[in-house]
Amino acid sequence: MNLDSRAPSGLLEKKWDKHRFELKLVNPANKRKYTVIMVGSGLAGAGGAASLAELGYQVKCFCYQDSPRRAHSIAAQGGINAAKNYRNDGDSVFRLFYDTIKGGDFRAREANVYRLAQISVNIIYQCVALGVPFAREYGGLLDNRSIGGAQVSRTFYARGQTGQQLLLGAYQALERQIGLGTVQMFSRHEMLEVIVIDGRARGIVVRDLVTGDVETHVGDAVCLATGGYASVFHLSTNAKGCNATAVWRAHKKGAGFANPCFTQIHPTCIPVTGENQSKLTLMSESLRNDGRVWVPGTPGDRRPPNEIPEDERDYYLERMYPSFGNLAPRDIASRAAKRVCDEGRGVGPAGYGVYLDFADAIERLGEQAIREKYGNLFEMYERITDENPYRVPMRIYPASHYTMGGLWVDYNLMSTIPGVFVLGEANFSDHGANRLGASALMQGLADGYFVIPYAIGSYLAGVKPAAPADDHPEMRAAVTAVRDRLSTLLGIKGQRTPTAFHRELGRIMWEYCGMARNRSGLETALQKIPALREEFWQNLNVTGENAELNQALEVAGRVADFLELGELMCRDALAREESCGGHFREEYQTEEGEARRDDAGFCHVAVWEYTAPDRTPLRHQEPLVFENVQLATRSYK
Amino acid sequence: MNLTLQVWRQKNAQSPGRFVTYQAADISPDMSFLEMLDVLNERLIQKGEDPIAFDHDCREGICGACGVVIDGTAHGPRRRTTTCQLHMRSFRDGDEVTLEPWRARAFPVIKDLIVDRSAFDRIIAAGGFVSAPIGSAPDGNAIPVRKENADLAFDAATCIGCGACVAACPNASASLFVAAKITHLGMLPQGQPERMERALSMVAQMDAEGFGSCTNHGECEAVCPKGIPVAFIARMNADFIKASLTKGRRVAQAGEATAG
Repeated sequence: MNLDSRAPSGLLEKKWDKHRFELKLVNPANKRKYTVIMVGSGLAGAGGAASLAELGYQVKCFCYQDSPRRAHSIAAQGGINAAKNYRNDGDSVFRLFYDTIKGGDFRAREANVYRLAQISVNIIYQCVALGVPFAREYGGLLDNRSIGGAQVSRTFYARGQTGQQLLLGAYQALERQIGLGTVQMFSRHEMLEVIVIDGRARGIVVRDLVTGDVETHVGDAVCLATGGYASVFHLSTNAKGCNATAVWRAHKKGAGFANPCFTQIHPTCIPVTGENQSKLTLMSESLRNDGRVWVPGTPGDRRPPNEIPEDERDYYLERMYPSFGNLAPRDIASRAAKRVCDEGRGVGPAGYGVYLDFADAIERLGEQAIREKYGNLFEMYERITDENPYRVPMRIYPASHYTMGGLWVDYNLMSTIPGVFVLGEANFSDHGANRLGASALMQGLADGYFVIPYAIGSYLAGVKPAAPADDHPEMRAAVTAVRDRLSTLLGIKGQRTPTAFHRELGRIMWEYCGMARNRSGLETALQKIPALREEFWQNLNVTGENAELNQALEVAGRVADFLELGELMCRDALAREESCGGHFREEYQTEEGEARRDDAGFCHVAVWEYTAPDRTPLRHQEPLVFENVQLATRSYK
Repeated sequence: MNLTLQVWRQKNAQSPGRFVTYQAADISPDMSFLEMLDVLNERLIQKGEDPIAFDHDCREGICGACGVVIDGTAHGPRRRTTTCQLHMRSFRDGDEVTLEPWRARAFPVIKDLIVDRSAFDRIIAAGGFVSAPIGSAPDGNAIPVRKENADLAFDAATCIGCGACVAACPNASASLFVAAKITHLGMLPQGQPERMERALSMVAQMDAEGFGSCTNHGECEAVCPKGIPVAFIARMNADFIKASLTKGRRVAQAGEATAG
């Protein structure tokens, strides 16, 4: 497996400039001869499809939802980072770069992260130009706030709905191109296979989710902007439809999967209430700006929060991490919550919750100020829990939220399959072992608006635009594989529903590959998952047929892929014998319970190569070289 | 709690639909409405029956995918709440509840509770954007925006495109949806250059899609999960009338400028 990162040499500050100059260009008159396939319509997908179409490429864009505007980027709440230093508080491109590298526990590629920090500035400009109504001050200028893992205020926001506003900006840019005829949009279509001919990507196989028709679409390059795989845990903050099928299909066709065990458990979600719960709801991390996290000082204290006096409360984040306090990064805040709950000090009916209390902030700033900043979040909390957070502290608990791992890509966002590019959360590139708040939106738009338009040219300039024949054996084989799989799923006619399998897989993953992992647990999971997968293919029950809108069939296909990906995650977690970022191995911790990294042994990207069904995949390494930062123990104390 | 559901079942766009009665037993009041449907669907699959199809995705009230007419009200009894955020504590044990899809000529039923809302996408494609090619933007602080304007633009931009406004309107008008976008972009300096053309092209597309006209019932605002006010429709009308009246003149002025 060729894992040349193609990161340019030279000064960090000059790498992207130098690279852009060296990238080959496609003549404007030739661009329209190339077709680019974009799978996904979130920030990376819609942004990428719009910018490629503006350049003159023919673009075909696919999403499983009924409209590209529904992509899950829309649910991001807190904000988007940019190194503007509008607050005059010491921010700079280098600081954003450094914070991101350190936040990722030194497991990301320097060159990519620096480029991200550089581009962050242009993203804000572009969004404003597209009509994104960012929060403003009375002077008419853009407002900022700070968010977990940063000591400067560099986060731009639109109340608690930043993702929605950014996505609608990208969606509108995309719709404009659709109106101009430069992008063909295929909503309610799900990609089920990538077509690889002579070692490079030539198209995809999709299923029309309304008619069940299995169709091929050919292109000169295939971009996957299909998001992350946090839904492997079943209960997560992701949308119900979020899935790993596109990236998993590409993986099985030769795309290396990097750091699958790097998953993010977000500290501020509404706790689980019951067995039939279908998803967990995030309460934006921005709430930690003004909310204080605490639990009772003594285990088993069941008094209501207002009856617990100040000196019997443990504001554990402020106590353990005095310099960052409630703004400690996500992985650290999540583990701290787990620890106090495991000690029996958790709150709420099941004891798996901690308080996020706004009483002090309301007293200091007034209820109106809090309402202006977080009104929609407070409303959402009340709708779900039936409790008023202006009066009673919120109860929160960590939940699976984001995946830093993903398909391996080089500096040009190209996977190990020539012609397959991977954008946004679907790739592994920028967040290392832990993502900082307000960085996902930044990366999605950076990849879509400002990286792929340049990077794709370097590939396309080297290939002739031409569609393979419809009856090419590889095309027919890909279609046959998809059809066979669909009929297998429909033909099992067993006893258990697709969701029942998903729920059971989720329990295994959360128990053994969640916030804390250890060898024996991971080995147990590696027994249980293949057994569950075997049962799936024997005992699955999918009603109906293929030639119709069949949601059970859609879920079944996605769960089948999660059952394979979950195993790879556990395998990766087992092989990485260190703790870093979101990957916490109990065997590797300091006396104070903090993560202990092993830079001598594991300062690399683990890239997995698919071999064959039920054969052990191969683990490759891309060494990480740090020329501009000192590998330090990550401390937020 | 136990409920009796009357659910609209329709195999596909071509087939006629009908109500089918289901019992939803042992439902927890803490479940969301869609989780109640999940439970019912799990039981249907186990019996070998076709589960009820419904659109949903984020389940936190922001993606706009879900939408069921519950007892005659789009998104159900709780104000400013999408179907996915509605919880069963809003119902009582023993209730009989009716579930229907959005009903509008421009939103044909695809299956059961799922309708085709692609007309909304086509309206946005007709003019619901600012033409700002990627890479061409000036500094974000180069053009200050009055906070009040930015806030009002946000209030309009918060529309999730669910289509409840259309479902609730006796005329199946999409005016609130279109007005929200026209207001959002019209309140910002970035939206000014295309403001008049936007009003004309979006309204023309809305009419072409078969949506009805607004006759001020106000049902749209009542069901809008984001509380978008009907007053925005007046802004749309104002832009549309101004654009219609000045159309010839604006072209003439542009022509003169070119000639000059």
